[in-house]
Amino acid sequence: MLAMVVDGANQVVKVDVTGLSYRKLNEQLRQLVADGASRIELLNVCGQRYIGTDLGGPVELVIYGTPGNALGAFMDGPSITVYGNAQDGCGNTMNEGEIIIHGHAGDIVGLSARGGRIFVRDDVGYRAAIHMKGYGDKKPVLVVGGTAQDFVGEYMAGGVLVLLGLTLGEGENHRASFIGTGMHGGVIYLRGSVEDHQLGEEVGRAELDEADYRVLEENVSRFARHFGRDADEILKGSFIKLFPRWLRPYGQLYAY
Amino acid sequence: MKTYLPSKFVVERDAERCIQCQACVSQCSFDVHAYDADYNEVTSQGENCVGCHRCAVFCPSGAITIKRNPLDYRDNYNWRSEIIEDIIKQAETGGVLLTGMGNDKGQRIYWDHLVLNASQVTNPSIDPLREPMELATYLGSKPDKVELDSDNNLKTEMPPQVKLEVPVMFSAMSYGAVSLNVQQSLARAATEMGTLWNTGEGGLHPRLYQYADHAIVQVASGRFGVHPGYLDAARVVEIKIGQGAKPGIGGHLPGEKVSADVSLTRMIPEGTDALSPAPQHDIYSIEDLAQLVYAIKEATNYTKPVSVKIAAVHNSAAIASGMVRAGADIVVLDGLRGATGAAPKVIRDNVGIPVEMALASVDNRLRQEGIRNRASIVISGGIRNSGDVIKAIALGADAVNIGAAALVALGCTICQQCHTGRCAWGICTSDARLSKRVNPDIGARRLANLLRGWSLEIKDMLGGMGINAVESLRGNRLQLRGVGLTDTELDILGVRMVGC
Repeated sequence: MLAMVVDGANQVVKVDVTGLSYRKLNEQLRQLVADGASRIELLNVCGQRYIGTDLGGPVELVIYGTPGNALGAFMDGPSITVYGNAQDGCGNTMNEGEIIIHGHAGDIVGLSARGGRIFVRDDVGYRAAIHMKGYGDKKPVLVVGGTAQDFVGEYMAGGVLVLLGLTLGEGENHRASFIGTGMHGGVIYLRGSVEDHQLGEEVGRAELDEADYRVLEENVSRFARHFGRDADEILKGSFIKLFPRWLRPYGQLYAY
Repeated sequence: MKTYLPSKFVVERDAERCIQCQACVSQCSFDVHAYDADYNEVTSQGENCVGCHRCAVFCPSGAITIKRNPLDYRDNYNWRSEIIEDIIKQAETGGVLLTGMGNDKGQRIYWDHLVLNASQVTNPSIDPLREPMELATYLGSKPDKVELDSDNNLKTEMPPQVKLEVPVMFSAMSYGAVSLNVQQSLARAATEMGTLWNTGEGGLHPRLYQYADHAIVQVASGRFGVHPGYLDAARVVEIKIGQGAKPGIGGHLPGEKVSADVSLTRMIPEGTDALSPAPQHDIYSIEDLAQLVYAIKEATNYTKPVSVKIAAVHNSAAIASGMVRAGADIVVLDGLRGATGAAPKVIRDNVGIPVEMALASVDNRLRQEGIRNRASIVISGGIRNSGDVIKAIALGADAVNIGAAALVALGCTICQQCHTGRCAWGICTSDARLSKRVNPDIGARRLANLLRGWSLEIKDMLGGMGINAVESLRGNRLQLRGVGLTDTELDILGVRMVGC
């Protein structure tokens, strides 16, 4: 592995990780962070899993190539930017930090996330944002520039999910089914439209109010900054809000 | 709708003994007893009684007797009263029958059909009062071989090991299902006795981090309370795939139990049902399990064993082999009689297999495949006494978990009302008033006493067999014989019939 200090004053390190196993890669990352690196650029990343999983603090990771599954799983603070696509399990049970994907992401993006923000420029796979949580100030956010596959937002218990539909054609609906099935907390903002049959039974739809727009604007602005888009242009689209109709979707299921 | 359900119990109050002190009125959380000030009389409504004995134990004058209601249907082996009453309940509610605790049906309890050996004449038994007797067990993956350098120092890198002073741990019982005082009692007893308690899937309350060094923390499908601090604090991290009381399904902690404090620990809104999906949505295969196992190992920098818990089901042996190959350092098998805070009754009573059979077949399979050293085996689900523990170890377990037995030590009388959240013993509830009934000082004492008693008994039984270390008994099935079992059962257990 080639670790080259590019800018000693700002502790920027570039690393070519060709052929490196994930275990060795993460060992090196822990060491570099312990040595005070503030920005680490990983070159030629090719399928290494769990990148950034055990890093705390404010370090900035920049990934060129294709990171493997579980990118930033359980992550607690760093920011990760990927110039490429992310695979499955990106941001799984993430606690704090930011993940920015300049491309697509696979299945279960942000599963059970507890905090932090994930921005995906294009589309995501199945079961995105399942069981995202939230409590007090901890509010995970997933913004997807394109659209998602089935079961997006299933069992959501908190947090904010935004689907911008920018990869869809003019007037084309989102295609996911079972959106928000079992949802009992949090909120989904969806640009464009969906048919009722695509929504889980537990999901209601509503117009956005002022408070919703404030949350939406903040997150769309961040999205636009990350990917060089025009936030105002995106926000001109028509949005709907999806919310849990009941706190206790399965409260009537049982006999005592 | 008028209910057709008859009373299960009759509450008798001895008028000569009753002093109208109303202790029973305040102790009962099921509204059986009431005080009538006009007549200065305490009365009881037996139809509400669940048979938990809280009032009878706390009655200062011993005035209360609880009996099974003698009212009975005409004898019918097919249409027993429980079956009739279940239908009545569903006809009146249209819901899934919910229950608590473990399977109460008559499937064979194999522990009761296994007997232990003892030394006579040809080899001496060991007196544990005079000779050292080792109960320590090390959980974790063991290397295939160890190498020493020229100075006899260990060259092989050892995977993380956890030492148990006694091979009995406390089963996973989450905060929310049981009260914080119960968890604190378990945590303190485990710390004192050198064993482990298990947070279950509800996260670790801030007040219990001081006991995290003796905690197994769970990562389950709901991922409640899972964050780096939680993983870092723990001694062992456990991925919960299934539970013996409800294999194949998730869990719904009812909104009544999601108090402000439970909401904080689980990070879900107060008053919502805490929903644990049936599968973990990042685990649809052995390969996916390996991914989460190694995600946790990466997140904790390979400093602690990762355990994987499954319910004992038909093909447990093949599944366990996959789990070990997926990197599990500890395999936990939870059997048919494993208990729960709430489960659909039809699943509790009909799904899964007895843990004795699962243990024997898993241990056997891992040995045949030459990977038994790569994981410890822990079993749970109906362990009642030290006899069950020592038989489990002889069948191949490294250690056992106890859940119901630990709760009985705290006062539980197995009344099976855990799912109501109204436990009069203050155990399986998040009600602030009821929770105070378990005093962690006394609770920890009672639990430590139980473990101490079992330890002494295990040493006695070991010594009787002429064995002075529990690790020497593990998988030593020659110390077991079967009574009243078929050839097939004996074959699966790997145990010979008594007399041969």
